[in-house]
Parts: sequence; C-alpha cells; structure tokens
Amino acid sequence: MQDLFFLFSTTLMYATPLIFTALGGVLSEKTGVINIGLEGMMTMGAFTASLVAIKTGNPWLGLLAGGFGGLSLAILHAIASIKYKGNQVVSGMAINFLGSGFAIFFCRLFFDGTSMTPPLDLEKKIPEFAGQYATVYLAFILTFAIWFILTKTVLGLRMISVGEHPKSADAAGLNVSFYKTIGVLTSGFLAGLGGASLSIAIVSNFRPTLISGQGFIAIAALIFGKWRPVQTALACLFFGLSQALVIFLGGRETIHISSQLLSILPYVMTLMILVGFMGKTTGPTALGE
Amino acid sequence: MKKFLFSFLCVLSGLLFGALILKLSGISPVEAYKVMWNGAFSRPSYIAYIIIRSTPLILTGLSVAFAFRTGLFNIGSEGQFIIGALTAAYFGFIFNFNPWIQIPLVLALSVFISSLYGGLAGFMKARFGVHEVISTIMLNWIALYFSNYMVLSEGFHKVNTETSEFINPSTSITILENWKSSDSGMNWLSNHPFLNEFMRPSLNAGIFFALIAVFIIWLILKKTTFGFKLKAVGISPEAARYAGINVNKKMTQSMMIAGGLSGLAGATHVMGVSKNIAILAAHEGYGFDGIAVSLIGSNSPFGSLTAGFFLGALKYSGQKIQSALEAPSEVISIMIGAIIFFIAIPIIFERPINKVLKIWEKK
Repeated sequence: MQDLFFLFSTTLMYATPLIFTALGGVLSEKTGVINIGLEGMMTMGAFTASLVAIKTGNPWLGLLAGGFGGLSLAILHAIASIKYKGNQVVSGMAINFLGSGFAIFFCRLFFDGTSMTPPLDLEKKIPEFAGQYATVYLAFILTFAIWFILTKTVLGLRMISVGEHPKSADAAGLNVSFYKTIGVLTSGFLAGLGGASLSIAIVSNFRPTLISGQGFIAIAALIFGKWRPVQTALACLFFGLSQALVIFLGGRETIHISSQLLSILPYVMTLMILVGFMGKTTGPTALGE
Repeated sequence: MKKFLFSFLCVLSGLLFGALILKLSGISPVEAYKVMWNGAFSRPSYIAYIIIRSTPLILTGLSVAFAFRTGLFNIGSEGQFIIGALTAAYFGFIFNFNPWIQIPLVLALSVFISSLYGGLAGFMKARFGVHEVISTIMLNWIALYFSNYMVLSEGFHKVNTETSEFINPSTSITILENWKSSDSGMNWLSNHPFLNEFMRPSLNAGIFFALIAVFIIWLILKKTTFGFKLKAVGISPEAARYAGINVNKKMTQSMMIAGGLSGLAGATHVMGVSKNIAILAAHEGYGFDGIAVSLIGSNSPFGSLTAGFFLGALKYSGQKIQSALEAPSEVISIMIGAIIFFIAIPIIFERPINKVLKIWEKK
C-alpha cells in the first residue's frame, strides 16, 4: 500500500512539469504554430522562477515570473512565426539555444559567475498540500480549464478554426494573427510554469541540466495525446509513471534490473505505441503554415 | 550567392545581437570580440584546437543537412552520434588488429550500425507514418541510456570509474601520436616552430574523413540520379511519387545516410579525441549543434563545412571570454540562437539582399 502510494505521488510529481509544458504545446499547435522551442522556454522559466523566488522570498511570485520567463521567448517565436511568417521549426530551434543561453548567462551575472542558483529554503518553495506540491493541483485544474476553453468557448473554437483552416477563418472575419498570437504566448507562459514547477518545487534550484530534454518529451506527449488536452495530460502521466517506476524499482535490492535499461522503457513503449496503435498522427490541418 | 549573402547577414546580425547583450550587461563587446579573435587565431595551436572541435560539428551538420534535403528533420543526430561513439569504443576495445585493418573496420562498423539506427526513424516514418521528429527524440534517449548501460556492462566498464575501457591504440586516429614524443620527432619539430605549435594539440584524422564525407555528399546531391530523387522527395513528395519515385524507400535511405554521417562523427570523436565513452547524464549537444551548423550552412555540404568551422571557432574562442573578462561564455549560445532566429525569418533580409545583388549585376 505504501509502495503504491509512493509510486502514485512520484508519478504525479514527475508528470507535473510535463503537463504544464505539453498543454502549452497543445495551445500553440492548435492555432497552427509548431512550437519546438518548449525546451528553451521551460529552461528560461525555471531560471526566472528561481531568481524571483530567491530575491523576493515568495514562491508564488516566482511561479508567475517563471511563466513570464517562458512568455518572453514566446514573443520572439510569435514575431518570427506569425508576423514574419518564418519557418516555425527553425525559429523553435533558435528559441532552444536562446533559452538555455539566456538562462545560464543571466544566472552567471546574478550569482557571481556560477551556473546554478543557490538552493531555496524549504519555506520559500511552492508549498505542499496533502503530500503534493500545489503545482500538481494547478496542473490538473489547468488541464480541465484548457479542455473547457478549447471545446466549450468561442475563444477556443476560434483558436482551433485558425489552426485548421486559417483562410476560412479569415474569410469569416476572424483576426487570424490575433488568435495565433494568443496560442503562442500562452504556450510560452505554460512552458515557463512547467520549468518553474521543477526549479522551485520538485528541486530547489536552477541548474543547466535541470530541464535536459523534458521540453521535447512534452512535445512527444502532445503528439501522443493527439493534440487533445486531457489525452495529452494522460500521456504526461504515462511518462511520469515510467520515471517513477525507474526510481521505485531501482531502489529495491530484491529485483536486479539495470536502471539504465529501465530508463529506456518509456521511450521504447512510446515508439511501439506510435507504431502499433496510433497509425498516422494527424495534427491540426494547417500546422506549420 | 544569394544564399551565402543571406547566411552572412544572419551571422553578422547574430554577432551584433551578442554584442548588444554583452553591452547591456556591462561588458565591453569590443574587448570580448578581441579576446575571441585572438583566442581563435593568434596561435597555430588554437587553430589546431578549432579543427579538432569542428570535426564532429561538420559531420553532424552534414547529417542534418542531408536529411533536410529529403524533407526530413533529423533531430536524431544526437542519438546517432552516441551509437557511433559507442560502437567505435566497444569494437575498438574488443578488436585488436593491425591499424590498417582495425581503423577501417571499426569505422565501417560504426557507420553501418548508426546508419541502421538512423534508418529506423526513416523506416518508421515511411511504413507507419510516425513523424521523424518524435521518433528521433525517443531514439536519442534510447541511445543515451543504452550507451550508459553498455558502459556499465561487465568487461567493458572500467572499474571504479564513470567510463568505459580505453580503445586499443591500434584504433587511434590521432596523427603521429608516438612520433611526436619520439626523439627524432621532437628534434624535427623543434626545428619547425610553426608546425611544432600546430601539432601540439592531439590532431586527429577525423577532419580528413569529414572532408571526404562533405565531398561525397556533394557528389551524391549534385551528380547522381539518386541524389536528384532524394531532392525531388524533399521538394514535393507527391510530385515525386507521381513521377514514379519510391518515396518511402528514399526516406529510409536518406535517414540511413544521415545516421551514418552522425555515427561517423561519434566514431571519429572516440577514436581521435576521447578514446573512451563515459556515462551521460544529459545529451552533449553535438546533434543539436549539427542542426545549427546545417541551418547556418543553408543545408548544403560545403555550407556545413564552412559553418562547422565557424561554430567550432565560436565555441572554442567563446570559452576564453569567461576567464579573460568574466563574461559568461553562454553568450555564444545566445549568438547561435540569434543567428538561427534570423535564419527563420528570411523575409527581413530580402530587400537588402536584392539591392546588393542589383548593384552586383550592374558591375
């Protein structure tokens, strides 16, 4: 029973940053803008959250700052993708270099040349409720909220229509660029929250290897979840579970499984599921245009 | 010409952006660029270091560029690099033949296995419609953890370390390693001060393999029907299919070649520089830098060569501003990011480029 609870709470913990970020990806891609820069936005968010939490002592301000850190890079992505109709994949790659570059650059400027922020005191971290960080609950509330917005509100339906048929949406009198911009900017904000939920909740500082690929896993999760908020969150839980399993099984002496091989498992399973059960992955029709 | 001008303007803007960031942080950009320039070119040994640094970047850049030409985005260069490095380290340790057999054998195995690894992504796209971006992201992590697993496996793991055993000396492609420390070598080198300095870093033959690869890829793309078909698939898969090209097969083949090139990068790195592999906590970024190289070099073979040297020089000299000026060397990542950002939006340079081209034509 205790084991099960451990597995459950570890799964939630690891899934949370992915859920934030992948939901961000959903919002951007639903409006037709590929966002491969989530990794960079997460990194930036993780740093700004840590910085503000340390300087102000308030984790909630830190969380907010994390969101804006991600958003700042999303502005660049919006300019490139929407205003200048540039190559979204290339711009996203640029964001990834800029994200880690700026985060560590500023970290060195603010903290005497070190690439890590000093650890936060426990009371300055995001508080826990019933054994889980507040960000965990927030992630689930957001999943529901985004599902609601995308399926039940005018705003959401307009965002989707812009991603499916921008020309028809334009003909129907919608401001296509406006809705795309909303999608991209919120995706940056959410990815920033994702980074923050790592640096000021799960661990207590920012370091260069903190994000290491989670932004890309979030992209995998959103494709896995077929660009739908709830399924995407489930996909994130799946990745969280497999990470939790690695820790859970790795810590027992009775079972001898290489933790390295265990770590491979989620990725192999993802590939197998993609190959076997999903068939063609189809995103929004006008994605990337 | 137009492509070159465009890349040049993007690089220039990126460097200016880097300067701006330095200036805003209270660091003199002029000083920083001076340190970088001197740190890159003021001594022969620096140039040798840049060559060593650039070799894997040229190859991963070439790998990404080649896949791009077939319309595939090879984010998997990172994983293919790891597989190439692992294969070279493993067989370089297991086998011990005469160097003339050993080196080609280990290289060929590395290229072959990593090409299968790259081809897997192409195959999954062709056969099952799995987007190569997501499959290669997965394959990168699989490669990383598999490599870690192998490093820790019995017999290959160097006990009490985080690394594998070293490759046999017969696998080394470091140039004149023994001769340099022999009496006659030291004698000769002391009479040739330039070469003495230039040869001091452990130069390796990888750069020759990279140059050969650039030439071969150029040949394939420019002079063969195979290359023509690949490019046709890249420009319009539907049109290519209509013209009777087996698009699925071409995708797999293209990813195989791309995988082989990244694997070659990994192999030359192990055989020429590191001589073993270590546990990886995160990706080292050779593949991601390859994406940058490919983009800066406008996805062409010789472009990748030039951009590979450029990025190698930037990364090597960028370290030096940290110690000299206490300026964060990450400004290099910012510059690279800015350059790629400008590459994403060609529209902003269209007018100036067209103006320059007009003046050019009048002459």
